[in-house]
Amino acid sequence: MLDRTIVGILISAVAFVTVYAITPSLIKVLTKRNMVVKDYNKEVATVVARPGGPSILAGILASELTLYAFFPSADILAIIITTSLAFLVGFVDDRKVLGGWFKPLALAASALPIILLGAYTPPHLAFPLFGSVKIPELYLALIVIIIPVMGNTINSIDVLNGVASGFMTIASFALTVCLVIVHHYDIALASLPLGFVSLAFYKYHKVPSKIFPGDSGALTLGAMYGALSIIGHVEIIAAIALLPAVINSFLFLSSVKRIVEHRQIKANPVVHTEDFKLMASTDKSAPVTLVRLILANGPLTEKQVGFVIFRLTLFSAALAIITSFMMEINL
Amino acid sequence: MKGTPIFFYIFVMWLLIIAGGALIVPIIAHISIQGFGNLDGIIDSVVKAGIAIILVVLWILIMSKIKNWIFHQQIRH
Repeated sequence: MLDRTIVGILISAVAFVTVYAITPSLIKVLTKRNMVVKDYNKEVATVVARPGGPSILAGILASELTLYAFFPSADILAIIITTSLAFLVGFVDDRKVLGGWFKPLALAASALPIILLGAYTPPHLAFPLFGSVKIPELYLALIVIIIPVMGNTINSIDVLNGVASGFMTIASFALTVCLVIVHHYDIALASLPLGFVSLAFYKYHKVPSKIFPGDSGALTLGAMYGALSIIGHVEIIAAIALLPAVINSFLFLSSVKRIVEHRQIKANPVVHTEDFKLMASTDKSAPVTLVRLILANGPLTEKQVGFVIFRLTLFSAALAIITSFMMEINL
Repeated sequence: MKGTPIFFYIFVMWLLIIAGGALIVPIIAHISIQGFGNLDGIIDSVVKAGIAIILVVLWILIMSKIKNWIFHQQIRH
């Protein structure tokens, strides 16, 4: 146990310091190469470096490989490969805009290392209060679905400065706590870098952003979260911790009624007031999103909307932790 | 508090997930189809997968109805 604690502190430090140290250099390189995008929510014309995915992946690889050096296992290897493949999918999408279906299909392929390395066994789905169901064939299909769903869910919440990284920081630490509660200590250890990488990246992503994670960053975070949930057998708990982002995707899909990239939506769900606060659009053709609902009661600053999302995430994280305790009860 | 209906919506979603477990584990998981020889396992899986898909569709419909009910004012806005 002491070994695990020391390694846990070490990999957390490696994850945090790597991202914290690399990101400023990445911002300089991206800015020098003109890899910048306009931040539409700023009154004064502002451009922000993108994507931050490389520094996020560097933090994850450095810490997970350190963990692998101490405790080699197929589970950690599966997390590393799946996360790296998801990064590649996102990085391609960052450089070249691809169709709405490309990402889900490519991310589904990213899940294959989990299956090929047998990191998912036993193939059962655990529910709170009622135990688990063994679904050998269906579980394989579920693995292939979970990675693209989680990746795109995190990508869809990356709408304002600091939201995706702040959201992932809260959800990841909640997942670590949940994994400890259900006694999956090894995977809890492997999940620590995700929270610390997100926290370090938040330093540069918060309002006013100096860098955006881009698809490569958001998909890397989402795919790693999905891989941890499968390998740790906490799929339901992990989904509960992500409920604000799930709601965002659900509202978006139920209003546009098809799988489509956010950039393809013509009517913006959010507009600006004269003092550049965010305000819900009155355009009936604009999609319903989480931010639009938060703004329904009146305009807010970008920072205020971010904090409402963080409060919602803390609430769903608390529900996820309650659910983990309910896993221990079998009616 | 800002976003109060969304907190309520998250709570309802959580309750529906728990309720889904109550249906899947004690009832659907225990369904056993026999009498088709070697095809028993495949037919059993297909039936269970079909029921699971129906439940997911039902869950989405319920969430959509609840969404309209909770956010009626906001969506109209």
